[in-house]
Amino acid sequence: MEFTQLSLYDQAILLLAAIVLFTSFIMLAQPRIVPLIHAFAWQGTLLAVTTALVAYVTDHPHLYISAGMTFVLKALLIPWMLHRLAVRLNIHRDIEAVAYPSLTLMAGASLVVFSYYVAIPIVQLSTLVTRNAIAISIAVILLGMLLMISRKKAISQVIGFMSIENGLFFAAVVSTFGMPMVVELGIAFDVLVASILFGVFFFQMRASIDSLDVDRLNRLREVDE
Amino acid sequence: MTAWILAALQTLLFVFMAPLLGGWVGRVKCHMQNRAAPSLLQPYRDLAKLFRKHTVLAEQASWIFRGTPYIVFGATILTAAVVPLVAVQLPTAAIADVIVLVGFLALARFFTALAGMDIGTAFGGMGSSREMMIGALAEPVLLMAVFTLAMTASTTNLSEATTFTLNSGLVLRPSFIFAMLGLMMVAVAETGRVPVDNPATHLELTMVHEAMILEYSGRHLALIVWAGQIKLMIYMVLVANIFFPWGIATELAANDLAVGLAAIAAKLILLGVVLVVWETVMAKMRLFRVPQFLGFAFLLSLLGMLTHVVLETGG
Repeated sequence: MEFTQLSLYDQAILLLAAIVLFTSFIMLAQPRIVPLIHAFAWQGTLLAVTTALVAYVTDHPHLYISAGMTFVLKALLIPWMLHRLAVRLNIHRDIEAVAYPSLTLMAGASLVVFSYYVAIPIVQLSTLVTRNAIAISIAVILLGMLLMISRKKAISQVIGFMSIENGLFFAAVVSTFGMPMVVELGIAFDVLVASILFGVFFFQMRASIDSLDVDRLNRLREVDE
Repeated sequence: MTAWILAALQTLLFVFMAPLLGGWVGRVKCHMQNRAAPSLLQPYRDLAKLFRKHTVLAEQASWIFRGTPYIVFGATILTAAVVPLVAVQLPTAAIADVIVLVGFLALARFFTALAGMDIGTAFGGMGSSREMMIGALAEPVLLMAVFTLAMTASTTNLSEATTFTLNSGLVLRPSFIFAMLGLMMVAVAETGRVPVDNPATHLELTMVHEAMILEYSGRHLALIVWAGQIKLMIYMVLVANIFFPWGIATELAANDLAVGLAAIAAKLILLGVVLVVWETVMAKMRLFRVPQFLGFAFLLSLLGMLTHVVLETGG
């Protein structure tokens, strides 16, 4: 189907999908902690808006609940908690040197191409308006993984992990119009609990190795001292 | 015949309005920074002053140094002739497509860099080397953004691409948004505006474009400065007319042309304000941060192309 034949709402969904992908790249390129958290919050907001728009266009009222939940959890609560943690750990002004920033971005672009190839068979089977965004959602998952791989600070890795979850949720919305409500609620609370646990874990880590750099976890203490 | 006359008039308008645009940007910038603003016509006065002055040439200057201002100015005018300003489907638009346009700009840059090295001063060589580094990174971005447009419109001719966007009405293409952002970032780098280069200073260590043309004076300098203003206008018109073509004249009637003129004037005034706001909130980057800036611009253009393939043609 030609892009110009879609209605403006469908075009807006695809546009928002593209911007969600773009926020993933912004996170990948952002070396500072607080803007990274803000980018994550924006991704959550865009995801919520996309979900609400899908709910409106395809007439699935239960997706409004998912959208609201996503907004409250991923655009407000988790970013707020992460921000508070960053301030309390006094790392909110830190700049994390990303090794090979341009190379990481190019790797991200090739991941998009890869997920396009992976998604082609699914796209051909599907008849949904949103089927073209499936490749985007896979790309968001893979970019979250790339963020986790390329960073050393635990807090950036947690944001990468949450971004993977964003991608999974997005995939569910665009490919099957959401998971069953029980599953979605379960995942939402899992993520919430995980973010609280990560907070505890950060404090433990800092108390024992005085840094959030995970590379230092595999050094032996006796050798260093 | 009228079409040719109109095309010539449009090019003349392009060339003679470019200093006015420069004056507008300068004026808004002064207001933004709470300084007393010069008159809108100040760039014309500066150019007239430079044209009246004597040209001082170094003893070692070869024909490259003397010829460069004319080559740069000529190439820039040719580029301006290709870009649709007030009307589309003018005969000059068929001369060259957008890839040749990028080539014209590269030619001008090549000769400026040669002239910078010709005299043999340290600053000239340093400026040339920096300019070529920026150029080598900026050109792929520009081409990538242009290819995104060409893939959507199935043509590399600027005039036809503009007609295509005009005819398809309001379509929310993700690829166009990314291509536009990429094009804007590369325009900032190519015209030597703030995060990459600062046109207002002659600070030795940071200047790029100014370092190359440091030895020029009199009418040579006037031509180069004028060409720089036309180049800024070319980029702004590209952004305005490719992505927001509404208002441009498709018929060569007086009424349509008047509307086209008013539309492009309004768009350029707005874009000028956008440029000033951007320049005021950004700080000048270290030179070694520029590859990262342009790498991000490349990513934007690449994303434009990828989203075109993934989202707009799939299924």
